[in-house]
Amino acid sequence: MPEIPGSSSPRGTSGRIEISRDEVAHLADLARIDLSDAELEHLAPQLSVILESVASIAEVAADEIPPTSHALPLTNVFRDDVVTPGLTAEQALAMAPASEGQRFSVPRILGEEA
Amino acid sequence: MTDYLRASAADLVAALEAGETTSVALTELFLDRIEAVDSAVHAFLHVDREGALAQAAASDARRAAGAPASVLDGVPIAVKDVLATEGLPTTCGSKILEGWIPPYDATVVTRLKEAGLPILGKTNMDEFAMGSSTEHSAYGPTRNPWDLDRIPGGSGGGSAAAVAAFEAPLAIGTDTGGSIRQPGAVTGTVGVKPTYGGVSRYGLVAMANSLDQAGPVSRTVLDSALLHEVIGGHDPRDSTSIKEPVGALAEAARQGASGDLSGLRVGVIKELGGEGYQAGVEASFRESLDLLVSAGAELVEVSCPSFVHALAAYYLIMPSEASSNLAKFDAMRYGLRVVPDGDPSAEDVMRASRDAGFGDEVKRRIILGTYALSSGYYDAYYGQAQKVRTLISRDFEAAFEKADVLVSPTAPTTAFKLGEKLDDPLAMYLNDLATIPANLAGVPGISLPSGLASEDGLPAGFQVLAPALADDRLYRVGAALETLLEKKWGGPLLAQAPSLDTGPGGRVGRSAPVSRPPYSTTGEMA
Repeated sequence: MPEIPGSSSPRGTSGRIEISRDEVAHLADLARIDLSDAELEHLAPQLSVILESVASIAEVAADEIPPTSHALPLTNVFRDDVVTPGLTAEQALAMAPASEGQRFSVPRILGEEA
Repeated sequence: MTDYLRASAADLVAALEAGETTSVALTELFLDRIEAVDSAVHAFLHVDREGALAQAAASDARRAAGAPASVLDGVPIAVKDVLATEGLPTTCGSKILEGWIPPYDATVVTRLKEAGLPILGKTNMDEFAMGSSTEHSAYGPTRNPWDLDRIPGGSGGGSAAAVAAFEAPLAIGTDTGGSIRQPGAVTGTVGVKPTYGGVSRYGLVAMANSLDQAGPVSRTVLDSALLHEVIGGHDPRDSTSIKEPVGALAEAARQGASGDLSGLRVGVIKELGGEGYQAGVEASFRESLDLLVSAGAELVEVSCPSFVHALAAYYLIMPSEASSNLAKFDAMRYGLRVVPDGDPSAEDVMRASRDAGFGDEVKRRIILGTYALSSGYYDAYYGQAQKVRTLISRDFEAAFEKADVLVSPTAPTTAFKLGEKLDDPLAMYLNDLATIPANLAGVPGISLPSGLASEDGLPAGFQVLAPALADDRLYRVGAALETLLEKKWGGPLLAQAPSLDTGPGGRVGRSAPVSRPPYSTTGEMA
């Protein structure tokens, strides 16, 4: 899990939750979204308000309550091991921003310093 | 002569069976209606005239040969733009998928095609289903047919408005926190969120995969039941799909329509009412409760104390899952690619593309989800929210010991004005207060119109919730209430909606100028 530098642990219902412009910038970086300065200024206070309203959750459930991830318990779901048709290379590439041969064409993956 | 435009899907089936009309004639009727009113309503992002008419002709041929593919063979339908349709654009209301044509069909779409329902087109929605007003669509909002200055609900405002404006007899929606039921409530239509896993999610572009569920949108309870039977049932391509038969839902609706609810225990959820609920919505809800009692039902008050935390749990789980699900929009294999100047790396391209392709609400939720999943916050937020989900499920279990179904108003208010809550996320989120608990617990729910709120004359919705896998109860109770209400109103509620009469030139006047054509058509993609 990514670390958020400079942030303290979440507070309970009483404390104000501030999420700074720099924190939003860092989160946007983790989420791979270029946010403009204007977007950062706009988002930071909105996120603080939302977080404040959901912060009460931290104190609701006791330790012994198990988490629910799916509504109905299903484990180890397998289908029969039979061959079914998939997409052809042409179908898979048809909507690609760029392709070459039978492959997706992408910009360079390594950074300058690598 | 029957007014096929305003008839129920069940009545259209009867007319087809009796040879009084054809699927081609019906499909043309709805396509013409779309052409006449959709510049005002903007329910559709894409209309497939050619494809729909070809499917209709094939349906007529099957019927002429005495071999219809299903009960609904030949009845046209609209599909929310979040479901993949082979050869038809699928944008999810987002710029990042503008012009994307999927190479495959969602299972729901496959089942519609196999059952012979001509697909009229794709309906508008909040971007990636994130919103309660359809204002977050990158292609402009849908308008409520009851008042074109008001929201049609969301995220499935397009599907609900299409059905309310008689642009389609049936539609498909998806419901993650209320996106089928809340639009149903504010447009005076019927919408059902099946039990989680009851309808396949294969090909449904995921927002929050542990909450998303596709379901029927219609004008009558029976029509939703008929459609639910077509799209429901196990799908090996969805690992969360339930291996149970879909059940006799239309039979339950027909039984309910007799109006007898003797012995039924109806639980009124104490926590879903009072503060924050519009007086006219609550009054309408109470009138429906009285009708249920008159039909022999017994009312019990139930308390679900953990429901007060549902909204908070939802706004942690949903953005967390969304931030992860939307990571696949990376500008590499499909979708928008924005290449910044210079010699950008794949990561630079990704950042620029996601900034240009995602709208405000999507960015808000991705950032929020990234935060909630971050180290040091995961246990306090996401982990806790998953525990609250357990508490909510336990509340449901306890309540269903005292009652066969639970009821509440579907949405706390009637339709609000466009723009009113657009930049106030919290106010927007409160619209889903009553619908979210069902998604968190996975139980099924229906919304049907309960009447018009006295203060503004706009539709209010009545929600019925049932235990997991007991979707048939929604249809029995929903159909009974619908019968009783329509007896009181002297017809369906939608008969009281403004007519959207087409003026000279065949188009409806509108209050705001149209800056772009309301929808694309096959062959002239934007």
